[in-house]
Amino acid sequence: MFTKRLSEIVDSGMANPELANIEVSGMTRSSFILRGTLAAGALYGAAAVTPFVSHAVAANGGGDVEILNFALTLEYLESDFYNVKGQSIGLSGPAKSYATLFGEHEQDHVKALTETIKQLGGTPVPKPTFAFPGSSQSAFLSLASVLENTGVGAYNGAAPSLQSKKVLAAAGSIVQIEARHAAAINLLINESPTPNEGFDVPYTKTQVLAKADPFIKS
Amino acid sequence: MTAALGLQSVPNANCDPDVDGAANYTQDGVSYRSAAIQAQGKAVQRAISDPTEVLKMSSPSNEQNVTQPAGIVERLVRDDVDRKRFLKMAGAAGTTSFGAFVLAACGSSSSSSSTATTAAVSTSAATMSAASNSTDIGILNYALTLEYLETAFYEKVVASGFFSGSVGSLIASFGAQEKTHVEALKGAVEKMGGTPATNPEGKFPIQSASQVGLLAYTVENLGASAYLGQAGNIQSPEVLATALSIHSVEARHASTLGTVVKKSVTPDGAFAKPADMSTVLAAIKPFLP
Repeated sequence: MFTKRLSEIVDSGMANPELANIEVSGMTRSSFILRGTLAAGALYGAAAVTPFVSHAVAANGGGDVEILNFALTLEYLESDFYNVKGQSIGLSGPAKSYATLFGEHEQDHVKALTETIKQLGGTPVPKPTFAFPGSSQSAFLSLASVLENTGVGAYNGAAPSLQSKKVLAAAGSIVQIEARHAAAINLLINESPTPNEGFDVPYTKTQVLAKADPFIKS
Repeated sequence: MTAALGLQSVPNANCDPDVDGAANYTQDGVSYRSAAIQAQGKAVQRAISDPTEVLKMSSPSNEQNVTQPAGIVERLVRDDVDRKRFLKMAGAAGTTSFGAFVLAACGSSSSSSSTATTAAVSTSAATMSAASNSTDIGILNYALTLEYLETAFYEKVVASGFFSGSVGSLIASFGAQEKTHVEALKGAVEKMGGTPATNPEGKFPIQSASQVGLLAYTVENLGASAYLGQAGNIQSPEVLATALSIHSVEARHASTLGTVVKKSVTPDGAFAKPADMSTVLAAIKPFLP
């Protein structure tokens, strides 16, 4: 049972490939991909994709794999932001503590999504190169808020079109963490921890890309 | 189940040295944030009960559906026998029988029992759709019950006057947001043709700022894990989208309260754990009249 396996991983303190031991029960792989492609296309529209997403679609056939590769790109971005940009700035206090902890979480998400994509028979997108503006702690935290809140909207927007319930469970498990990060970061910069009030707004892929693309260099 | 998830233990939590002095944050809009970081290293052990426990309670039998009155969720949490029957049926034989059961459980109309029986035995597209619909109604009413409890809890917390300043404002806003969840879930149940669960009129221990803060943190973490535990059971993409948009707000509440009570904002680490219905119902039982 996926949730049990997931909890075992968390209990053991490891985010390892076992997370992604997913099978698509009751469907052939080709029909699974077809259904997923139709659903994803209905949600996002073909015009929304940028080059790196197009590559992912070409490589993997779309559906859950496409969505997971999109999520993987965002997690690469967040991981790089905390673990590389965060290190370069010389953070202090809560900002430093959060950057270290959240950077570990994002790296765990990268590993989990990578292995999940492989389990589904897809090819994980390569890690892009990133560049983030700013050199102050306050600029770092403001951008962290943007990225985390974008992550919440991205997962919430994409999750309903996932075909596999097990992949959905994994996505839900991750988005809850992104939301926790977002609230904690927002509190540090005197922003509301609930910027959308009672209901987080799901983002379309276009909206997510508008936020993320400026930081993706290749 | 660990004590951390068993809310029964929370009223004693103000004896926990970890939260001694937590009342200091009540007048302080700034310092609680940095203090929260100190808790990062202390992983809060929140083991969700083993999912196989539910399976053990299940059996392959096709127990006949029985008509249940509205408010079944409240009865379930008070009555171990009812709860076991519910879980036995919910866990057995997959979506169709579960959906048929919750349709009966929700008491959406006087004809629900016969509709449920039909859905359980038919394989036609129309009745499968009805079963999916009723599955979602059951989950929505389960969530509605939790949101009623959270709303009542925050009303009592606000009335207690334990919190002021920025923390007080946050808590008041969280209470208002839970109320919007109640309204949204009621509307969703009605839109799907169901009857919304009634307000269980929860009761909560309100003793001190530190105890209440920790209880709020526990309640919000439970709520987040409860939504996560149902995501895979929801049939309608629209209902799923609604549940997800609420789920991440519960997570934001939990994280914020973690900074307030100096507990981890991410007690599960990088991957949030789901809580199944039996775990959640057992945890809220002490708060029902």
